[in-house]
Formats: sequence, structure tokens, C-alpha cells
Amino acid sequence: MRRSALPGLTIALIVLAAGLVVAFTIGRYPVSLAELLDVLWSRALGRAPSAPAAVENVVLLVRGPRVVAALLVGSALAVAGTAFQGLFRNPLVSPDILGASSGAALGAVIGIFFSLGVFGIEFLAFAGGLAAVAAVYVIGSMLRSRDPILVLVLAGVVIGALLGAGVGLVKYLADPYNQLPAMTFWLLGSLAATSLSDLLPLLGPVAIGTIVLVALRWRMNVMSLPDEEARALGVSTGPLRIAIVAAATLVTSASVATSGIIGWIGLVVPHLARALVGPDFPRLLPASALLGGGFLLFIDTLARTAAPVEIPLGILTAVIGTPFFIWLLADMQRSWS
Amino acid sequence: MTLAGRDLTIGYSDRVVGRGLNVALAQGEVLALLGPNGGGKTTLLKTLLGLLAPLAGEAVIDGRSLATYSVRERARHIAYVPQLHTPTFAFTVEAVVLMGRTAHGSLFARPTAHDREVARQSLVRFGIDHLSDRPYTMISGGERQLVLLARALAQEPQFIVLDEPTASLDFGNQGKVMREIRALSASGHGVLFTTHDPNHALRAADRAYLLRGGERIAEGKVAEVLTKTQLEELYRAPVDTLTDMTSGTNAFLPG
Repeated sequence: MRRSALPGLTIALIVLAAGLVVAFTIGRYPVSLAELLDVLWSRALGRAPSAPAAVENVVLLVRGPRVVAALLVGSALAVAGTAFQGLFRNPLVSPDILGASSGAALGAVIGIFFSLGVFGIEFLAFAGGLAAVAAVYVIGSMLRSRDPILVLVLAGVVIGALLGAGVGLVKYLADPYNQLPAMTFWLLGSLAATSLSDLLPLLGPVAIGTIVLVALRWRMNVMSLPDEEARALGVSTGPLRIAIVAAATLVTSASVATSGIIGWIGLVVPHLARALVGPDFPRLLPASALLGGGFLLFIDTLARTAAPVEIPLGILTAVIGTPFFIWLLADMQRSWS
Repeated sequence: MTLAGRDLTIGYSDRVVGRGLNVALAQGEVLALLGPNGGGKTTLLKTLLGLLAPLAGEAVIDGRSLATYSVRERARHIAYVPQLHTPTFAFTVEAVVLMGRTAHGSLFARPTAHDREVARQSLVRFGIDHLSDRPYTMISGGERQLVLLARALAQEPQFIVLDEPTASLDFGNQGKVMREIRALSASGHGVLFTTHDPNHALRAADRAYLLRGGERIAEGKVAEVLTKTQLEELYRAPVDTLTDMTSGTNAFLPG
């Protein structure tokens, strides 16, 4: 770690740690920080905690899976957003730019329409996200152009719109008393139903995609230059672009399959991370991951405690993200150029 | 080593830009590419860089076709200094110059101590090592052009190709960049650059290549090729010549 990265990464780590504490302790059954540390510490050492069993249940079984899921989904969306913003040389890009979210949404509503189980719905969402991006990529490469990036983004917009129409059609056909509320709820994003068994299908793809992106971190700096410049520096931009898009899509699709659609994190968090450590990917990726995880932990805690009923995550992130993004736009000189 | 284009037909799949072009650039030599807008300068440049495949003929380094080089291998022979543009992200000057080391490491490699040293020396050579930690977006246009030159040098290439290196620079920085181009050829690099100003070619280049409508109008030593008649034919516009009585140096004025 060279020069200025350390303070920025420390701040990101503190945000994440604070997010973890808040998410574990606040709720209908309050847990004190001492009890939380006691439970985690005892578990780590493999001995019985001195806190009551109810506390241990709340920490490990009730909040645990949800906390881990929020951490993973937040990190994944932020990392994917960071990769896409670099690749498309555009700070206004978010992880769903190539249709990953709309593909996943269509997959999920189809799953709900055919009354598939949780796994079926998640699998369809995941497959839908990957298929949408693959379609966008094939269309983008078929339309030969001197600006491959622009064609890819436009293909993403068009396919996204088509998939949106597909979602509308399925909702229109759905049973309005049972299926439609389920679809609407899923599309708004929530971690309320997360259980231990959801974590593995989330962790696997997120880990694989993140490892690929981290391995390519130095090349990603060069990939954020114009295509010809990057090639003249010795980077085979075509294959590398496919690898980065595939990795970022993998983590996005896995997240969306678990939590539904949570906007804004992949757009806003990379900006915060750049403000902390600068645009150098070897620093930016870990900073984004830490901040994204911390950010979603705070939001999810708010979602389950702010009102008598759960507030959908997508609504909260939009309410918080919009003014934040307007502030970013006003301040863009400092944060992205 | 020689970078050359043999019987090149250049252009894109839907449009031929130029035909029958022969160019050669030796190490230690500066070649200026001149001609009106749309005449094929940039297309020829990209073909010689290997970024654009020729429609016919071939671009070669020492007789070996550029098409047979891998992207990485090519980048260790030829560096490209693109036209000055505003970058999207505020990388530090050091990070930008380190990108010049890309072709010397594997796909997953991080820059080594040697890479950092080469980058630093490259910055020192252009007198901008004090800018190392500054964001590349916050320095002046002239400094940014020097950073791109430093990045090209960090690639340790034999040839450096520059697209309008003096455009959008102030008068003083134009002179500085031209001096650096001369210095690069003195250190054994073959340098090819495009320019809209024949005076820049006269000052920085050994030879000039005049391109109009995808055809070569003339090629040769700058003193022989860059004359009032040739330039009037090249740009189809009147040109005045000023001659310094003591040194005999020429300068051209448009209009």
C-alpha cells in the first residue's frame, strides 16, 4: 500500500465495522455491544457464551444471515459498479447498465408467475441477468462500430427496455391477489427473507467475480482509457472487456437474485470510494467493497427498524441516493475529474 | 530497426482512405506527416501503429509484418501518444506513466520496483517528476502532453508515434514538445508525428511526408519538401515564405 491509500481504506473499514455493529445490535430485540462481542468471541473460540441463549439466537440465527447477505450484496453491487464505471469510462454508469437487473427481474417475475420455490426464482433471476448481458454483448459485437463501448451501452438500453416490457406483461397476467404483491415486493428489493441456505448461492458467484476483478485490477486502470490507447499500451481490450463484463455481471446477477433490485448502491458508492482513495483500481476496488457492504448494512438496518413494517430497500436507497447524487453532480469537479 | 508501410491500402471496411502508400521510419529519425484534414493522416498513423489492419499491403518492423505481433509485443516496439484529451478519472501522474509499463508485465502482474524506477526516470527526463502525485486532470495541457511522452518512453519502445502533439498547446509548450521530439530521436527513437503546422515539421523533423486525399504528394528531407510550391499544392491555398537572411531558415505563413 503506497502513500495516501491507507487513511482512505481505514475510513472505509470503520464504516463497515460501524455498519456491522449497528446491524447486529439495533432491532426489535436490542443486543448490547458487549453481548454481541461476547457471542461472536465465544463462537470464534468454540466455547459457550455467557449471554442468554436468546441473544445468541438473535445474533447468529436471526440477524446473522441477513447481515452477511447485506454485506455481500452491498459489496458486490459496489464492486460491479466500480468495474463498469471504469470500463465504460463514465461515472454515471451503474451495474445494471447492460441489462443485468432487468434480465434478473424478468427471470424472477416469471419464477413467481409459475409459483416456483425460492430457489427456482433465484435461479431464474440469476440466469435472466446473465442471459440479458450476453444478448447485449452479442448484439453489440454484431453491430460493428468504431466505438464499441457506445454500441454496447445503447444495446443495453434497448434490451433493458424490452425486458422491462416483458416484466410489465408478466405482472399484467399475474394473479392480482397473490402473485402481483410478491412480484412488486421482490422488484423493490428486500433482504427480509434471507436465510442461511441463501448465503452459499450468493457467496460463490460473488467470490468468483470479485476474485477475477481483483486479479485484473492493474489492467483495469488501462481499460479505463480509450480503446485504441489501451491497445497501444499492450492490452488486448476485446477479451479483457468480456472478462470484466462477465465477472461484474456474475456478482450483480447473484446479488439481484438474492435481494431483488436495489438501485443506487452501484452508482453512488464508487464515487464515495474514489473520493477516499482516488481512481487507482488496486485501491478503489477494496475501498468500494468495504463501503458498499457498510452502506447496505446501514440501509438494511433502517429498512427493518424505521417503521412498524419493513420498508423496501430499493425505496430507501432511492430516497437517500437521489439527493446524494445531486450533490455529487454539483461537486463533480472534485469527485470525478 | 525500421518501421515501414509497404504498398499500403488504408481505410475501414466500408471506406478506402488511401492507396499505394510507402512509408519508412528508421530509429534515430523524425518523420512529420502533413496534409489537409480528411487526407488520411490519422488513418495512416493507426495503420502503422497496428491499431488498424491495412486493407492491402503490410506494415512491418524490420521486415516482419505487424499482424504477426501480439498486442503486447507490438507495444514493446511502438508507443502511441494520442491527441490530448481530458481523461475521465483523476489518476495520478505516476499512475498514468506506470500504465506505460503494461506491456512489460503479465496479465495479472502488479508493477515491480523496476517498473516504478523506469517510470520515475521517464518523469525525470521530461523534468516533471515533481508532478508524480498530482492528479493528471489537474495539471496544464503542456504538462499533460509531457506526461503522455513520459508514458510512451516508459514503454521502452524503438518507435514513438504522436498524433498532433502540438495541437492545443500554447506557443511556449509547442516549442518544448518539439525540442523533446528532437531529444527522443537523439536517444535512438524513431519518431513519427502528424502536424498542421509546416513550421513545426521544419523545426522538429528530418523528413516530411505530404499526404492529400489518401495520396502521397511528396516525401523527402524537410528542407527540400517543405517549399512554397509544395505547400500551396498540398493545402490548395496561398502560402508566404519568410527567410531569415543570416541563417537562411525558412518559415511559412498561411493566407
